[in-house]
Amino acid sequence: MLTFDFMRHAFVASTFIAITCGLIGVFVVARNMSFLAHTLAEIGFAGASFGVFLGIAPLNGMLLFTMISSITIGQMSAKESRREASISAISSLFVGLGILFLSLSNRNASYATNILFGSIIGISLTDVYQLITLSAVIVVGILLFYRYLVFDSYDSIGAQAQGLKTNWLSIYFLILLAISVSIAAQIVGSLLVFILVTLPAFIAKYLAKSVPAMLAVSVGAALLGVWLGLWLGYITNWPVTFFIATLEFIFYFIALLYHQHVSH
Amino acid sequence: MTELVSAKNLGMTFSNRQVLKDLNFKIERGSMTSLIGPNGVGKTTLVRILIGSLQPTAGELTFLPDKQSLNIGYVPQFRNLEAEYPLSIRSFVSLNQLTKHLPWHTKSERQALDNILAQTHLTALQKTTVGNASGGEKQKAYLAQALISEPDLLILDESTASLDIETKEEVMALVAELNRLHGLTVIFVTHDLDLARKYTDQYLFLKRGQYEMGPMSQLDPNLELD
Repeated sequence: MLTFDFMRHAFVASTFIAITCGLIGVFVVARNMSFLAHTLAEIGFAGASFGVFLGIAPLNGMLLFTMISSITIGQMSAKESRREASISAISSLFVGLGILFLSLSNRNASYATNILFGSIIGISLTDVYQLITLSAVIVVGILLFYRYLVFDSYDSIGAQAQGLKTNWLSIYFLILLAISVSIAAQIVGSLLVFILVTLPAFIAKYLAKSVPAMLAVSVGAALLGVWLGLWLGYITNWPVTFFIATLEFIFYFIALLYHQHVSH
Repeated sequence: MTELVSAKNLGMTFSNRQVLKDLNFKIERGSMTSLIGPNGVGKTTLVRILIGSLQPTAGELTFLPDKQSLNIGYVPQFRNLEAEYPLSIRSFVSLNQLTKHLPWHTKSERQALDNILAQTHLTALQKTTVGNASGGEKQKAYLAQALISEPDLLILDESTASLDIETKEEVMALVAELNRLHGLTVIFVTHDLDLARKYTDQYLFLKRGQYEMGPMSQLDPNLELD
């Protein structure tokens, strides 16, 4: 299957994206931000449509919208009691905007389908380079402040007690999350970023007890999902997103059963 | 004994409400001080000034030799860890190992971790997840996490409040042992006067607008706080 350029591109891009999402996802789950990640993806949908409307690459529109809004959203939903309300309000607005931009740009419905449900097959070499660069930015971004991010994510009260600048760390993390969500949406679509950003990390949470082990399991689950998904998509001609979603769901289900078995 | 922290005419006012006024005290290296007083009298405010998250509105706080070289460990009153908290006690304690930036822990850091776990009697429990640990075990893990950064001063904020009597005694005996063995300076914020009398050697009693400080033997034996 790797004799075809489009499959090689898809394979390379997916590999980098899966590694990045597997890593960032562990922090998203530790910080209880999975719904926030989902909202960022919906904002990404509006951004991508905006890009289509302007005639720029949807990924750039997505990055623009998610990065600007990640900080605002982070502040609006800083209070946990208010988080669900803020998130529902913001996602409604942005999905609405996404529909508006798409309609204004007079593109056919397949564009919307690609943005919402992913379209990894058929990306160009330039796109691959951009996705690899963005992945590298996120991985380096995590490594630079790794121990601080881990402490703040797993014990924010303890981190504050030790004098860490947790507000600053939150904003920093949200920016990394915004980029991750935007690139994850390139494979699985903005409706389904859960599949790569949070499901592998939840699997890891059930199977591992230390942060490095969770990162390894999460990256492993994400990689296995995209690789098998691409291969199954190739041989059946069914949507890759469907296969990745189903595989990650199966992995999650097995991890959950294992966790319940061990803790009883 | 040498001085570690001293307060001179320390005061704190929040938008017209004066919480602390003209507070003068000295904390010596290796001492164990109970910070006591009724609810709302400013104990937490004083702790926040000590750890540097609040600036006093009057007076000053001096750290010896200086603020930068003094490491303060703080065990807050509440933690928001969920029941399914996934990290093992070992991983949880190591969260506060921040002197290096590597994503993995070096051999010396792993040894330091082993030592702290042994000192806090957590070695056998190190693989238990914090979510599955009992109240006392959690409290010891919080303590170990604060101790791993080798603080000069350890502040315990009502750390034993939610525990049963036996576990309270166990945690405090452990703190006293660390004080005896390593000369750790401790400030214990509490409502529990029995524990304060048994394990600490001096008290700082905050009252509204006033305060009292002295060796534990001088604390009014009939005092009740609430």
